[in-house]
Amino acid sequence: MNHSHATDKLMVELRDLNKWYGEFHVLKNINLEVKQGEKIVICGPSGSGKSTMIRCINHLEEHQKGDIIVNDIPLNEDIKNIEAIRKDVGMVFQHFNLFPHLTVLENCVLAPIWVKKMPRKEAEAQAMELLERVKIPDQALKYPGQLSGGQQQRVAIARSLCMNPDVMLFDEPTSALDPEMIKEVLDVMIELANEGMTMLCVTHEMGFAKTVADRVIFMDGGQIVEENEPHEFFNNPQHERTQLFLSQILQH
Amino acid sequence: MSSDISNSGHKPDGGSAPQSAPPLSKPKFWNDPKKRSLLFQILLLTALGFVFYTIIENTLTNLEQRGMTTGFDFLSREAGFGIAMSLIDYTEASSYGMTFIVGLLNTILIAVMGIIAATILGFILGVARLSDNWLIAKFSALYIEVFRNIPLLLQIFFWYYAVLRTLPAPRQSIEFLGSFLNNRGLIVPAPVPEDGFGLVIMGFFGAIVASWFIARWSRKRQELTGQQFPVILTSIGLIVGVPLLLFLFSGLPLGLDHPELKGFNFKGGITVIPELMALWLALSIYTAAFIAETVRAGILAVSHGQTEAATALGMSKAKTLRLIVIPQAMRVVIPPLTSQYLNLTKNSSLATAIGYPDLVNVFAGTTLNQTGQAIEVIAMTMAVYLTLSLLTSFFMNWYNARIQLTER
Repeated sequence: MNHSHATDKLMVELRDLNKWYGEFHVLKNINLEVKQGEKIVICGPSGSGKSTMIRCINHLEEHQKGDIIVNDIPLNEDIKNIEAIRKDVGMVFQHFNLFPHLTVLENCVLAPIWVKKMPRKEAEAQAMELLERVKIPDQALKYPGQLSGGQQQRVAIARSLCMNPDVMLFDEPTSALDPEMIKEVLDVMIELANEGMTMLCVTHEMGFAKTVADRVIFMDGGQIVEENEPHEFFNNPQHERTQLFLSQILQH
Repeated sequence: MSSDISNSGHKPDGGSAPQSAPPLSKPKFWNDPKKRSLLFQILLLTALGFVFYTIIENTLTNLEQRGMTTGFDFLSREAGFGIAMSLIDYTEASSYGMTFIVGLLNTILIAVMGIIAATILGFILGVARLSDNWLIAKFSALYIEVFRNIPLLLQIFFWYYAVLRTLPAPRQSIEFLGSFLNNRGLIVPAPVPEDGFGLVIMGFFGAIVASWFIARWSRKRQELTGQQFPVILTSIGLIVGVPLLLFLFSGLPLGLDHPELKGFNFKGGITVIPELMALWLALSIYTAAFIAETVRAGILAVSHGQTEAATALGMSKAKTLRLIVIPQAMRVVIPPLTSQYLNLTKNSSLATAIGYPDLVNVFAGTTLNQTGQAIEVIAMTMAVYLTLSLLTSFFMNWYNARIQLTER
């Protein structure tokens, strides 16, 4: 089923990443390399640090120790580097976070116009193309509040893609959705994966992981406990903690 | 499809109950919410009508007994008293009607000046209190806590008696840029237009029109090439620069009527009386503290996810604030902001305490005392505040409705 798009170029590199919330050590010595075109699924119990880890990649969270390198740009104090990385990295949130005061189309063209200085006409044409791809071009002039959760999340994906990112981060994109809307969002994500996008997804959709992922990462207590390709990961988990976790979420 | 449902559905009046159902016993009328509500409304109206009838009847009888006349004839009689500050020509020989106009204009002047200053100051302080900069945030917090918690009247007294009244006498005026500051107020040179000043005015309006075209051109260019143009800065530059250049090259066609010390006081120039300055300072500074809190609440009401989404899209802090946070905060800010504007307008009547000639001081004060037409004067004064407040509310509600979120 899997046909990997991975090339040799490193897109995201985390080296000895450490983060603390005050006294609380959230991320402990995380090491991760993601190649261009690779799809990574990250799972683990809540509080294991998986969201925090991917939020460090575009500097929504600050890390205290270790290195993050995205698309050959080191993430450091330099605001120029942070801005450059954010332009290359798209993010989709659990609660969509669409801008409710702007139409769907405005949501999609805002960043291209103001950040990339793209001509409005071009930005709108591109946005319509992407809305077509997530199958909601007819909703372009509506406001987010007028759409269902699944539609909103698809708009959020299109909005991220409008910046032509090299990497996409998904932070539990289907956790806030009704069961019947999960599929429409996953379908869009699978399509995106098939086109060769580099993706890091925090999700518990194990079906999605089996279909799409090149690697599945299991985190617990701020550490990467286990990391394997999906078939091995699900059928032959090595660590006790992984076995317990999988038995709990795959029971039903 | 929906019409199907409504046709076959229940009728709300219960009159067409299905035939098979047993006949319903009619509820007692006091148990029927609709009838009960109607009864209470009738009772209330009757009571209100009775109260008003009694008040009017009582007043008319009393006035008749004391031999007082009612009506608005007094408005055309000569007032015979002077007013310290007037935006229109007013002398002691003017009518009582004119005192009303003078007071009204003075009230509108202080309200408009106060609203503008308080809004600007309040927005800056509100945003500043949420700043990442420790010093700025704490300074703003300190300002708000101090000025919000001291009674307004006391603040007016402070500015008037403690600050402005203690300034030196006219002979020892503080002099700067041809202006004089003393305990009689701020005296600035009055501009006197000369030949050729019309050109400057034309330049000013020409620049405004040009700015409009530039804004249009810039939008077009953005649509085609993506390049952005600093429209606001350019417009400000044009609107200030063009008239200024014309003014310089046409040989400074504006005379200045310089104030001069004659005897114990200044002649010429424009005098901003200390009462106006004190009231303006106090009202703006006091109301700004409340507006700042309103603005802060509005910004905090915008979920953090909005900022995160904008940040993740690569937008800078300033752009996020301007394009994402403030527009959404405004929806929360406008209703309480309206209340603050109304408060400021009504609080301006505290002018009486330091003798600023606003409507309450001039009309509901001196005019009322001299004519004794209490009912008419108070009614007119109340009508003014009511009208001003309703106009403000109306405008703000219109603005609020325009920016509301569309949902389903």
